[in-house]
Amino acid sequence: MMHLLYSIFVDPFVQMGAAPDLLVQTLWDGLVSGVLYALIALGFVLIFKASGVFNFAQGIMVVFAALTLVGLAEHGVPAYVALALTIVVMLVLAVGVERLILRPLVDQPEIILFMATFGLTYFLIGLGELIFGGDPKVMIAGQLGLPSGSYRITMAGGYVQLQKIDIAAAIIASLMVAGLGILFNRTRIGRALRAVADSHRAALSVGISLEQIWVIVWFAAGVVALATGIMWGARSDVSFALETIALKALPVLILGGFTSIPGAIVGGLLVSVRQKVGEFYWGSLVGGGIESWFAYVIALVFLLFRPQGLFGERIIERL
Amino acid sequence: MRLKYLALTAAVAGLVGVSVPASNAFAKDSLFVPLFTYRTGAFANSGIPIANGMHDYLSMLNARDGGIGGVKLDIQECETQYNDAKGVECYDSVKNKHPVVIGPWSTGITLALIPKVTVDHIPVLSMAYGLSAAAVGADFPWIFNPPDTYWDGMSIALKYIAEKEGGFAKLKGKTIGFIFLDVGYGREPIPLLNDFAKDYGFKVKMYPVAPSQMQSQGGVWLGVRRDRPDWMIMWGWGAMNPTAVQEAARTGYPMDHFLGVWWSGSEGDARPAGEAAKGYLSLNFNAVGTNFPAIKDIIKDVVNKGKSQTPKDMVGENFYNRGVVNGVMIAEAIRNAQKITGKKMIDGSDMRRGLETLQISEQRWKQIGLPEFAAPIHITCQDHDGHGPVYVQQWDGHKWVKVSGWISPVKDKVLPLLVDAAKDYVNKNQPWPKRTERCDDGTL
Amino acid sequence: MLYREVGQYKTSYAADQALLPILQDKIGIAVLLLIAFVGVPLTASDFTLNSVLIPILIFSLAATGLNLLTGYTGLLSLGTGGFMGVGAYACYKLMTLFPHVNIIVFILFSGFFAAAVGIVFGLPSLRIKGFYLAVATLAAQFFLSWCFIRVPWLYNYNISASIEVPTKMLFGIAVTGPTATSVTRYLVVLAIVAVLTLLAANLVRGRTGRTWMAVRDMDLAAELIGIRLYQTKLLSFAVSSFYCGVAGAMLVFLYLGNAEPSSFDINQSFLILFMVIIGGLGSLLGSFLGATLIWGLPILLRHVPTYFGLSIESAKVDQSTFMILGALIIFFLIVEPHGLARLWQIGKQKLRVWPFPY
Repeated sequence: MMHLLYSIFVDPFVQMGAAPDLLVQTLWDGLVSGVLYALIALGFVLIFKASGVFNFAQGIMVVFAALTLVGLAEHGVPAYVALALTIVVMLVLAVGVERLILRPLVDQPEIILFMATFGLTYFLIGLGELIFGGDPKVMIAGQLGLPSGSYRITMAGGYVQLQKIDIAAAIIASLMVAGLGILFNRTRIGRALRAVADSHRAALSVGISLEQIWVIVWFAAGVVALATGIMWGARSDVSFALETIALKALPVLILGGFTSIPGAIVGGLLVSVRQKVGEFYWGSLVGGGIESWFAYVIALVFLLFRPQGLFGERIIERL
Repeated sequence: MRLKYLALTAAVAGLVGVSVPASNAFAKDSLFVPLFTYRTGAFANSGIPIANGMHDYLSMLNARDGGIGGVKLDIQECETQYNDAKGVECYDSVKNKHPVVIGPWSTGITLALIPKVTVDHIPVLSMAYGLSAAAVGADFPWIFNPPDTYWDGMSIALKYIAEKEGGFAKLKGKTIGFIFLDVGYGREPIPLLNDFAKDYGFKVKMYPVAPSQMQSQGGVWLGVRRDRPDWMIMWGWGAMNPTAVQEAARTGYPMDHFLGVWWSGSEGDARPAGEAAKGYLSLNFNAVGTNFPAIKDIIKDVVNKGKSQTPKDMVGENFYNRGVVNGVMIAEAIRNAQKITGKKMIDGSDMRRGLETLQISEQRWKQIGLPEFAAPIHITCQDHDGHGPVYVQQWDGHKWVKVSGWISPVKDKVLPLLVDAAKDYVNKNQPWPKRTERCDDGTL
Repeated sequence: MLYREVGQYKTSYAADQALLPILQDKIGIAVLLLIAFVGVPLTASDFTLNSVLIPILIFSLAATGLNLLTGYTGLLSLGTGGFMGVGAYACYKLMTLFPHVNIIVFILFSGFFAAAVGIVFGLPSLRIKGFYLAVATLAAQFFLSWCFIRVPWLYNYNISASIEVPTKMLFGIAVTGPTATSVTRYLVVLAIVAVLTLLAANLVRGRTGRTWMAVRDMDLAAELIGIRLYQTKLLSFAVSSFYCGVAGAMLVFLYLGNAEPSSFDINQSFLILFMVIIGGLGSLLGSFLGATLIWGLPILLRHVPTYFGLSIESAKVDQSTFMILGALIIFFLIVEPHGLARLWQIGKQKLRVWPFPY
């Protein structure tokens, strides 16, 4: 018993003190994957805010975008042209989704729209495998000008290793968030988006085209998915196994709230850092591998105290 | 509105229609060889080259020799998606069409099929995967898992490490990390690893990777950095492999102390990390490359004729050749069964006898156009595995290079464990049918 | 003409509130049961029983369970696979601890373990609902999946980390394990599913079901008329998990004959949810129709090409299956968001006035 208490309350902190470099490294790794979680969560939030759709297909959109990019590059298309073409493909996808799914299903209950995105997921899995095959591909990070290698900072008897690609990911993610922030707050489209998020009907009555807005948010989510796919693909490879990363973003959504962009970002960082620290220092108590559910438990406990999430709007009916 | 009913009617009519499965596809003048493959899903990266290798070798026999012993092979793939339920469905759909042998290509599906085939009398060839205990022919007459079990693999990995360290005695006080896919497959070698650790006084650190975490192993490798194991052994599959190799490189783990099992050694596993993966080791039991007469025949008669889904540059890759080995085992066992029984059209029971006396000597490998492609294979009624030797290969940044001789497993450690495990399985699955099948080589 | 309740007078409340108040329904169900219990076992092939009907029935039961929770009580859950797993592992443990007890007893009994676990993971439903609850139930899914591999006690320390099903007898006939014929297993599954479905039908039209629906339709109002929200919600979680647990036990013992943790992963949960939504939320019939469509369609698509003598690479078929399934899900949602059960209702209405549309 004492031993257990010791290994819960004392030992992890002793370890942290003994090897501060590992603690810093853990925190850094947590922050980086937090940025990536936040990017996925951002895709969810964008669509949920504007159309009330819980887009389960965000995960497969990540895979699909990355596959398209790599697939085009494999056929000899120069990297930047492939990137541009992929963005066009995501636009086509957004228009297709709006025409074929959202428009016919307008005013249906949320759960029906949720299921429709499931259908979309299946469709994209099949389509992606049919076109590109199921074998994994190597992300063309180098050709896109993304750095490789790492910086090594010595500290406190050890070292902290910062991957250049991770730093790039953090910068690109911040830029995207800033861009979206400007889009939302400083432009006409952004005003329309916020209006739609507030009330579909009121927005319609002042002449905002819902269809257009939907295309825009799905397209934006597609571009976010592409960025996520590039970053994540560069860390491992581009294959359909990537699809499951969407599930990792869900606790982030609970924590941050479904409708809050800052929530998605802060939530992503919080979840990920705590998850990494938890796994690293406490995971071995139960045999390790707790990363798969630890984030959910954090989110659950959090929910019990603050059901509306970090920055969620309180009026939303959840309680 | 019309459309709605039309669709519904069509769906219902279709479901009714399916209740009469198509069994007329079975032609009486060919041997039915179903191949359970997975070209889709999260494990497709490992599944595709293997499927291609098996399919192409057997198709080549059809094209070049007109089949085996003058009988064409009816090769049909069934897509399992590496999913147990789908695999069982595949089995149900082929079992009445008299398959000569089934290769489930998934440990989970193999486990599900073992009791079924034992009753239905269809041999299962699970090549170096599946249930290790099935090597005991006395208890599992219908299951074959040559050339090695996972326990053989683990003992070979440790033997290699000991060799590099200067003998098993030098392992004392060392730490060996074991990173594995956290499913039955990855957990299987743990008892043997712990056994060795106890005997030789080294420490073992476990790094399980859940299937949902395959592509985010940052935390695991941070643990590796903290624990600083002297060697790392990996039992990975699918997308876990390339991620692990990349993370290892990123963590700065010495790659020449990182050794994967034979399922963690495809080109696709090392290539994404590129130069950084240089030095990564893995076990292997087949040669890599296209420089073999039979492989050239495959290119000439199958791939170039457009009878295969294989892109030409994938022929000769490690897992492709692994699939070819599986194809050779099937073909040689059929040939052997034809020889023993004197029948051209063999059935599952004949095939079992063919497998139980399967010998592929060095000479024979040469005859079939694959000289030194793999170690000789020697199966008996008693031993359905063979416990053959395995070699270690190393990634040089672009391709695999053989870096060791053939290493035999530590049989006196593995065999008792196998017998115990088989006993355990039989006890837990009472009433397990007693072996009644006659043995051709008299070892039982 | 064909389906008319005109002329069928009810003289007591009991008769009016019967499960099947209309004669045609009674005949219909009787015929259906007759076909299912007698006709199918006599005629269907091994493949049909094993790979089509048994899984469809089992998944129908799981879908019924989820439908009680999601369709009737309005609580979205993505933990179905986990709860099914609890049933399966509970059944396995019970069977190995008490090997002489009848296996059918354990299959049913294992549902109670699932129910207990369901209650624990249903606790957050007192605070949250909607998609937030759905994500919370994912916690259950992942945690349970983790337990199935990390607690070796659950699978009796088998080296393969999977559970195996030995042959078990019932009245001298093998019902589980490899020697059990598909007809026997089919009949056992059918009997269990029929009884539990009857139970569910009675549950949802009685007091319990009505309180569930009240909570679903407006929880505030339900609370005001004196329904205790948390007890109702937890009961719904318990009953739903019970059904899923029994379905999970049957999945392993009467269908697959072996289970790895991956049999109860998140994809299983999604599959069941599909069935419920395509079939129709809040309809028991819908659970069956949904299971039939979602399970049957891929099999159908696989076999269609061979009917026409086309040989298409199996991988291509599979990929197209994914696409077609996805497209069909969207198509069905668009033409009939209330699911197949609603189509059946419309059909009944048509039959009522047939052949004169007005």
